[in-house]
Amino acid sequence: MQPLIQVESLRKHYRDGKGLDSGHVVPALDEVSFAIAPGSTLALVGESGSGKSTLALCLACLERPTSGRIWFGGRNIAALCEKQLRAVRPQIQLVFQDPASSLNPRFTALEIVTEPLVLQRIWKRRQTREWGVALLERVGLSMEMAGRRVGEFSGGQRQRLAIARALSLEPKLLILDEALSALDCSVQAKIANLLLELQSSFALTYLFITHDLAMAAHFADEIAVMDRGRIVEQGIPEKLLGSPQHEATRCLVAATPGSIVTLNIPGVC
Amino acid sequence: MTTGDIEFILEVRNLHVAYFSRARVASSAVVDVSFDVRPGEILGVLGESGSGKSTLATCLLRLLPANGEIQQGSILFEGRDLLQATPRELESIRGRRIALINQEPWVALHPTMRVGDQVGEVLAAHEYLDKKSRRERLRQVLEGLFPAETNRISFSYPHQLSGGQRQRVLIAQAIACGPSLVIADEPTASVDSATQREILTVFESLRRGFGVAIILITHNPSLLVGLADRVLVLYAGRVVEIGPTESVLSHSLHPYTQALLRCLPPPLCGANVVNRKTKLPVIAGDAPKLNTLSLGCRFEPRCEDRFEPCRTREPLPVSPADEHVVSCFKFGG
Ligand SMILES: Nc1ncnc2c1ncn2[C@@H]1O[C@H](COP(=O)(O)OP(=O)(O)OP(=O)(O)O)[C@@H](O)[C@H]1O
Ligand SMILES: Nc1ncnc2c1ncn2[C@@H]1O[C@H](COP(=O)(O)OP(=O)(O)O)[C@@H](O)[C@H]1O
Ligand code: SF4
Ligand SMILES: [Mg+2]
Ligand SMILES: [Mg+2]
Repeated sequence: MQPLIQVESLRKHYRDGKGLDSGHVVPALDEVSFAIAPGSTLALVGESGSGKSTLALCLACLERPTSGRIWFGGRNIAALCEKQLRAVRPQIQLVFQDPASSLNPRFTALEIVTEPLVLQRIWKRRQTREWGVALLERVGLSMEMAGRRVGEFSGGQRQRLAIARALSLEPKLLILDEALSALDCSVQAKIANLLLELQSSFALTYLFITHDLAMAAHFADEIAVMDRGRIVEQGIPEKLLGSPQHEATRCLVAATPGSIVTLNIPGVC
Repeated sequence: MTTGDIEFILEVRNLHVAYFSRARVASSAVVDVSFDVRPGEILGVLGESGSGKSTLATCLLRLLPANGEIQQGSILFEGRDLLQATPRELESIRGRRIALINQEPWVALHPTMRVGDQVGEVLAAHEYLDKKSRRERLRQVLEGLFPAETNRISFSYPHQLSGGQRQRVLIAQAIACGPSLVIADEPTASVDSATQREILTVFESLRRGFGVAIILITHNPSLLVGLADRVLVLYAGRVVEIGPTESVLSHSLHPYTQALLRCLPPPLCGANVVNRKTKLPVIAGDAPKLNTLSLGCRFEPRCEDRFEPCRTREPLPVSPADEHVVSCFKFGG
């Protein structure tokens, strides 16, 4: 099958203006190549600063890569001009760790999820509203919550709202950058379940960025490990975690507080 | 009196804390909480967002915000009741005897000051040491936390350090004056798993090297495995279960603790192929709102094991096994 998105030799170099040796080039992404099949999930794991968020921004066309190609819908979107990108951006959406910071506090829930549609001026008002309510319902927020503002929602509900907003333009690829990391484990499980459900009903493709290996192994079809701007290892979870080849993968596996395993928790293992 | 002679460094009894709205409506954030901390012990406090963890942490130091109030109870620290202490006495206890480490390592450090000086500043503010012994103490603390590269780190600015190293600097500040108790509120909430491990290892060595007792507050149960001696589980401001880590996490008794642990993704053992991409178990319903609590057990609306007595009153703590205390009618309550 054709991959939904294919990345070839992607590089992103930042010029480090802050440090002592300013003018120093930081290779945030270095020769990154991978592909994701439609409807599947690739988890991206790696230490802090390894380049995960930079990759997310490049794929979402919010940062220009220094070089390399990103094939999506038959085109190299890394080479498109700003005007051409306007048609691509709705199809690739990002959800961040901290939903509060990306949601306008003065908007109601309904306004938040329908804003992307309003900005694109696609539909009539009533149609937009109906779609918004349907989206809220789909992520588990009831009709009566539609008029509430961000401050009145819990962390988990805010993340639901951010997901609904990301889905409003019916994207093909959803990039989840630590989207579960700030949530309590009981809320995390609910949002993870919601994402799995949405994936099967809308045939969504996910790039799931996380530092939680156990969640990556549960949630993804494949895991890619990033280390200093490079993807150093990629494979299906049981193989990658069962016999990690690269030092960075071994470190992550060792650092995962998985020892809870050995304490037989009811219902686990 | 030295801390070695006493059984408990901290004894909290029947603590009640409430927050008041502008209309003076009270909501209880901490209800009837009692627990002890032994010298050199690591006590894990486990609870979801809003369960009262930070309220507990701040009220132990009497640092509640203006609309928060300790309504009842006692906090005995090294034999002294902190609720009776004068502002001056409190000032001398904070930082010197009890230190608090907060969630955000980035905001707490000064960006244009060398980190060694920042740790030294804490000593200068708190300890009545002469310059020479102060320098000696500073070296000792920094060596304890950065054994491999004491000097390089000490002369670095915060932006030159990794997240884990910055968090260590905060810990160095916290222990500079040699407290006997450190309260760490979600110290690893915003870092990756390797940095997380690094920080937790530091806590372990603090306890070993300096004999500090630590209250480690987290919403992530797996952090406490292999680190905490005992775990206290908070639900809606109440202690639902407390006991040795192994008992609470492997043989949990309270239905809430059991449900919470079931929510975690299956651990990495052989990365379970069968269950991959299946639904994780969840706890039905949401955490309760403090102002809409009804009579009875606080977990009752979400509990799968509830039965008749659960709605009549709140269950009392009982101890079915040694050192393991649970508040649930299934065990008497
Ligand atoms: N705007 C920028 N200017 C300069 N350097 C940057 C910029 N953004 C990122 N970097 C650098 O690029 C590298 C990769 O950063 P990135 O944010 O992608 O890491 P990450 O893997 O997402 O980390 P985390 O797990 O902490 O979110 C880091 O060394 C970072 O300091
Ligand atoms: N300053 C405050 N004013 C009013 N209510 C508060 C305040 N701080 C916390 N609360 C409430 O007290 C409860 C416990 O909060 P907190 O101690 O912060 O929980 P945790 O740290 O476990 O997330 C929550 O219901 C919260 O909304
Ligand atoms: S007291 Fe009843 S409702 Fe509460 S946890 Fe126990 S069984 Fe469940
Ligand atoms: Mg990132
Ligand atoms: Mg808190």
